[in-house]
Amino acid sequence: MADRVARLVELPTPRVPKLEVRDLTVSRRQSSGEVVTAARDVSFQVGVGEFVCLIGPSGCGKTSILNVLAGLDTPAAGAAFVGGAPITGPGPERAVLFQEPALFPWLSVRANVELALKLVGVGAAERAERAATWLANVGLTAEADAQPHELSAGMRQRAALARALACEPAVLLGDEPFGALDAQARELLQDEVQRAWMRSEGSSTYLFVTHNVREAVLLADRVLVMSARPGRLVEEVRIQAPRPRGLDDALVARVVTEVHDLLMGEVTP
Amino acid sequence: MTPRRIVREVAPPLVGMAGAVVVWAIVAAIADSPSLPSPATVWSALLDGLGDGSLAEATVLTLIRLAFSFAVAVVLGTSLGMALALNEFARRSIRPLVVALQITPFVAWVPLAVIWFGVTERAVVFVAIVGSFPAMTLATIQAIRQVPPLYRRAGRTLGAEGWTLYREVVFPAAMPGVMAGLQQAWGFAWKALMAGELIVAAAGATGLGHLLARQRADVPALLATLAVILVIGVAADYLLFGLLDRRIRRRRGLVLDIV
Repeated sequence: MADRVARLVELPTPRVPKLEVRDLTVSRRQSSGEVVTAARDVSFQVGVGEFVCLIGPSGCGKTSILNVLAGLDTPAAGAAFVGGAPITGPGPERAVLFQEPALFPWLSVRANVELALKLVGVGAAERAERAATWLANVGLTAEADAQPHELSAGMRQRAALARALACEPAVLLGDEPFGALDAQARELLQDEVQRAWMRSEGSSTYLFVTHNVREAVLLADRVLVMSARPGRLVEEVRIQAPRPRGLDDALVARVVTEVHDLLMGEVTP
Repeated sequence: MTPRRIVREVAPPLVGMAGAVVVWAIVAAIADSPSLPSPATVWSALLDGLGDGSLAEATVLTLIRLAFSFAVAVVLGTSLGMALALNEFARRSIRPLVVALQITPFVAWVPLAVIWFGVTERAVVFVAIVGSFPAMTLATIQAIRQVPPLYRRAGRTLGAEGWTLYREVVFPAAMPGVMAGLQQAWGFAWKALMAGELIVAAAGATGLGHLLARQRADVPALLATLAVILVIGVAADYLLFGLLDRRIRRRRGLVLDIV
């Protein structure tokens, strides 16, 4: 089956790694006090300018790995690197799109974006200008002065995308950011993400975690498939369908079917 | 606010107050006793008090003491609360002491206040501060600890660390809880101040509590003073804190607006 997938793609050109995890083991303590190993001995690299999706069943530790790369959690074993340097904490060069939009409810949409710019030291006049640009990029110009709770879930997540990208981070980490959205909102946001990545023209590295095969194939240059808990990397699928991609593209649809079969084979015990 | 909305906001409390006055008038008519004068008698005593300036002077002085005590309690209580929210060891060692202060009836401080400060205005203010700052401290600790972890995580990934994280994310996120503390501390300061003024009859000092202490023989004047105390308490609680609190909550989508 992997051979059939390989026929759809070309061989990759080697890239300089931007993100790397080496022999990473992540565990979490459950409310019962029991420590569960979510993922074990995971190693992979994400090249500069590459868009990678990490896919796997619930509980396989994919979100935990992302949190380690974000600098929000520490691994049980192994190490994580950004640009070759060990990750010791979060930093604005690695923006995170959470499953919940995580907008600050006391600030307007515009002020949320401006705060992100303020935190990296952008002056007030430039903040206003860049916030307006990014809100326009995600189609929220008319909603700039609304409070987050006044927006739909899809608009909130687009605002969060604008906030994450306004500082022009080198890395965007997505923790199932489309998971809680309805179908239309999800498609719109996927489109925004894909366009934002294309706009960066190979300077921004995106790593998204998802359990949705269609989403992974639509967005990624490379899909890393993880097994059920304790998660390990079991497969790597390169996708070089032309961009911008749509879910209706024949090539995308065909790869989705094949990766889906692959994943089902891997995760079923 | 539209006129209709103002009516909808203000009508229920006014109806409640009018109902209370009606019940009072009926009970006073039935009892027919000098110990319970009718609303009309108290109303004229209130006008007398306002007319000779004694009530107005007492009200102003009391409000000045209240503003001072409340301001000190808020600054002291909030800063202590923030410090204790940030440091776990400090919180675990000092919070029980603050709880002890909080559950101690503020009147219990009056004798000590008099020993320390004499029969003075300072003793009264001391009682009001000690009676109200613990509520502010406890509410601030609680509010900060209840900030959803997601906001801190989001703030950290945006590059906020240390004090910046607290200033830009944690404290704003804690504001609704801090507001609840303000409202509670205000209530305690008001009660403690009245108790202090009532008991500590400083020579030459006046205030609503002092008036109460002197008006024991004049029931209509006593009730007029009591009415002023009630109105100030309700007005501050309802207008100042209630509306401010709802404004903050509405801005954050924590209030359901039924149109």
